[in-house]
Amino acid sequence: MQRYSIFSLIKNAFSNHQNWEVAWKDSEPKKKYDVVIVGGGGHGLATAYYLAKEHKITNVAILEKGWIGGGNVGRNTTILRSNYMWDPNGLFYEYGMKLWENLSQELNYNVMYSPRGIINLAHSDAQLNVYSRRGNSMRLNGIDAVMLGRDELKKMIPFADFSPSARFPIFGGLMQPRGGTARHDAVAWGYARQADSMGVDIIQHCEVTGFDVQNGKIQGVQTSRGNIKTKKVGLCVAGSTSLLAEKLNMKLPIESHVLQACVSEPVKPFLDHVVTFGAGHFYCSQSDKGEMVMGGDLDGYNSYAQRGNLPALQHVLSEGVAMFPNLSRLKMLRTWGGIMDMSMDGSPIIDKTHIDGVYLNCGWCYGGFKATPVSGWTFAYTIAQDQAHELNSKYKLNRFNTGHLIDEKGVGTKTWIG
Amino acid sequence: MLEIKCPYCGKRSQNEFSYGGDASVKRPQLEKEISDKEWDGFVYFRSNPRGKHSELWHHVAGCRQWFQVSRNTLTHEIFKTAKINEKL
Repeated sequence: MQRYSIFSLIKNAFSNHQNWEVAWKDSEPKKKYDVVIVGGGGHGLATAYYLAKEHKITNVAILEKGWIGGGNVGRNTTILRSNYMWDPNGLFYEYGMKLWENLSQELNYNVMYSPRGIINLAHSDAQLNVYSRRGNSMRLNGIDAVMLGRDELKKMIPFADFSPSARFPIFGGLMQPRGGTARHDAVAWGYARQADSMGVDIIQHCEVTGFDVQNGKIQGVQTSRGNIKTKKVGLCVAGSTSLLAEKLNMKLPIESHVLQACVSEPVKPFLDHVVTFGAGHFYCSQSDKGEMVMGGDLDGYNSYAQRGNLPALQHVLSEGVAMFPNLSRLKMLRTWGGIMDMSMDGSPIIDKTHIDGVYLNCGWCYGGFKATPVSGWTFAYTIAQDQAHELNSKYKLNRFNTGHLIDEKGVGTKTWIG
Repeated sequence: MLEIKCPYCGKRSQNEFSYGGDASVKRPQLEKEISDKEWDGFVYFRSNPRGKHSELWHHVAGCRQWFQVSRNTLTHEIFKTAKINEKL
């Protein structure tokens, strides 16, 4: 593999950048693999990368029904954070933050990790109390957390509504300074390039149509491009998890919902951080191109459509305007939707299944992107060692039977509300 | 924008309604012995189909009645709506 550096850039400049090696091959499926990963999104690509790198399992195929990075890894709002209260989430995502910090160097690919800080605004005394509790829990787990007062926030985000007539006055906020953003496509491409260089086959336009299970053990997968034998299959298919699970006669604590995001026309820098609205569900940051990147609530009904409706967008953006009144002057550039695998307690599942050799990685709800490295890392461990790592030991599928839920938000089973 | 036909009020915009989830989920019958698995299935596990889905909606900014909707989760097409005690 050609290493990217200032020298390779200069060298290739002499040939007008016509002779760069391809970053990864478009592989043909072989008859047999040690591990098959279904889903060529961020999590699938990261899983294959860590299987090869950490566990030396390189006879791996990634089967992607579309093209890699065309699903949720290319549809999110690029936010990274580990500002969780419950231990299983805090420790898991914090390990992920540590992976993010070195990811560009590790992958030799600039993922544009930007620790610009994520601020959760509080609009009442009660909310400030809840945030300080969460901040304290985070600090006990070694995660950075800072409480901010109204005056500090005024200096940091001067365009937020600090006027006396604000509908939701800003009382203060909780900040995780190491939180931030990363270039989502680069994450997918960086993992793909490294996985490919270690021998992983990235097979695009190859849809899994069925599974060959005998005596409770997986023997292979049926695909639109022929049958593939394997002893281990990892599912990383986000919103489509229930569809594949059905082919394995499994019913999951998951509902698929469409979540929309949008970007405005580009403007000069006016927001240095990621900011979330505390009186509703809205978050925004400014991209390097100057666009405001915004998102919020689900559309609110089961959907596999990858596109949403106007009412949800209108609702979310009205919250945005309540927070930053000057957003109302911006034109919208693009809107899009992705299908979230909403789990019944709002936390993910990374676990073995009742079928020997079938592993499950799903339930990412709104927050799959930030988990990409740590999800891949722990899922690769789970597949290679046939047991969960301590980091994902609480993300069990059977917690919905044993009652050990990780209900960070405590909203119950109405997934479309959470 | 979805247009939903409330069985009581007729066709109205999506803004008047709120969603109530999968209508095919049945609460276990209380007079029988109920296993933990049955309760878990009722509370947490969903078939989550791509395609035809029967679901509950609430005409919350209208007549405030709950009713059933048969809808396509891939195209968002609404096939049929019915009162709670009617067959969908």
